[in-house]
Amino acid sequence: MSTGIYIAVMAGVTYIIRMIPFTFFTKKIKSEFVRSFLHYIPYAVLSAMTLPAILYSTGDMMTAAVGTVVAVILAYFGCPLIVVALAASLAAYIAGLF
Amino acid sequence: MHSPFFKGMSHGIPIALGYFSVSFGFGIKAVMSGLSVTAASLISLTNLTSAGQAAGVDVIAAGGTIFEMILVQLTINLRYSLMSLSLSQKLDKKFTMPHRLLASYGITDEIFAVCSSQTGLLTPAYMYGMIFIATVGWVLGTFLGASAGQILPQSVSSAMGIVLYGMFLAIIIPPAKKEKSVLFVISLAAALSMVFYYFIQNISAGFAMIISAVIAAAAGALLFPVRENIGGQA
Repeated sequence: MSTGIYIAVMAGVTYIIRMIPFTFFTKKIKSEFVRSFLHYIPYAVLSAMTLPAILYSTGDMMTAAVGTVVAVILAYFGCPLIVVALAASLAAYIAGLF
Repeated sequence: MHSPFFKGMSHGIPIALGYFSVSFGFGIKAVMSGLSVTAASLISLTNLTSAGQAAGVDVIAAGGTIFEMILVQLTINLRYSLMSLSLSQKLDKKFTMPHRLLASYGITDEIFAVCSSQTGLLTPAYMYGMIFIATVGWVLGTFLGASAGQILPQSVSSAMGIVLYGMFLAIIIPPAKKEKSVLFVISLAAALSMVFYYFIQNISAGFAMIISAVIAAAAGALLFPVRENIGGQA
């Protein structure tokens, strides 16, 4: 399949999700279950995407594990996104030197 | 700095800097997955989202179906509909239909966070300023990451592969520390995702992610219903 078709589909779906509520909806969602589900879905998605994929993200499980541990610790202490992301990468790089 | 466009731009500079480095990692990942520099940059320009793009590249690399791509994007980006909904209550009269159609392109986690923290109503010019600078950071980072990924030493570019996941951890861990419900949801999602990865390999990565996330979020919604405060999240 052509990469262009994939990209068009990705862009189209992503745009529509943002556009419809922004443009047409004015009322609030009433269902408590749906509201709760929508509240949790971003966390669930990011977590499922991260594990176990993060362990294979550098091509070497040892360096990836080091980066993961550093990221978890810094995130736990509330460091900004960018600090956590770059420190994880730096830690994986340093671990790769040994 | 009195013009709303420039005000939006200045509020968007930290977002753009953050996007630059994260999308650098995305560019490397995309090229490592077999995409061209142009394709990677085009994805960033047309999608302007991290998790959805990363998962989309996985689907492309695995030669997944269009149906799978649609479902993956729907699931991952569903949160934007909630943010759009929330912002739609906060728009100035100047936000006519064409402006709404245009500005909805740029509703990301971070832009939503900054916009919803503003006192007063949002004008189109303010949002355009912020979206513009954030998009420049996002696309430029992708382009350079995708290009330099081939020039940088292997040790550097493979270490950059972890950048996006590091950012994901930074988004989910602090709220999990504060709320047991979020900790429950992310633990269940991670556990299910690992079960799929190691034990149920005939299901594609995209679907495994969707199933894991939907089960975990539904379980969270049943066990820990949220009464108020939607939108103040990742």
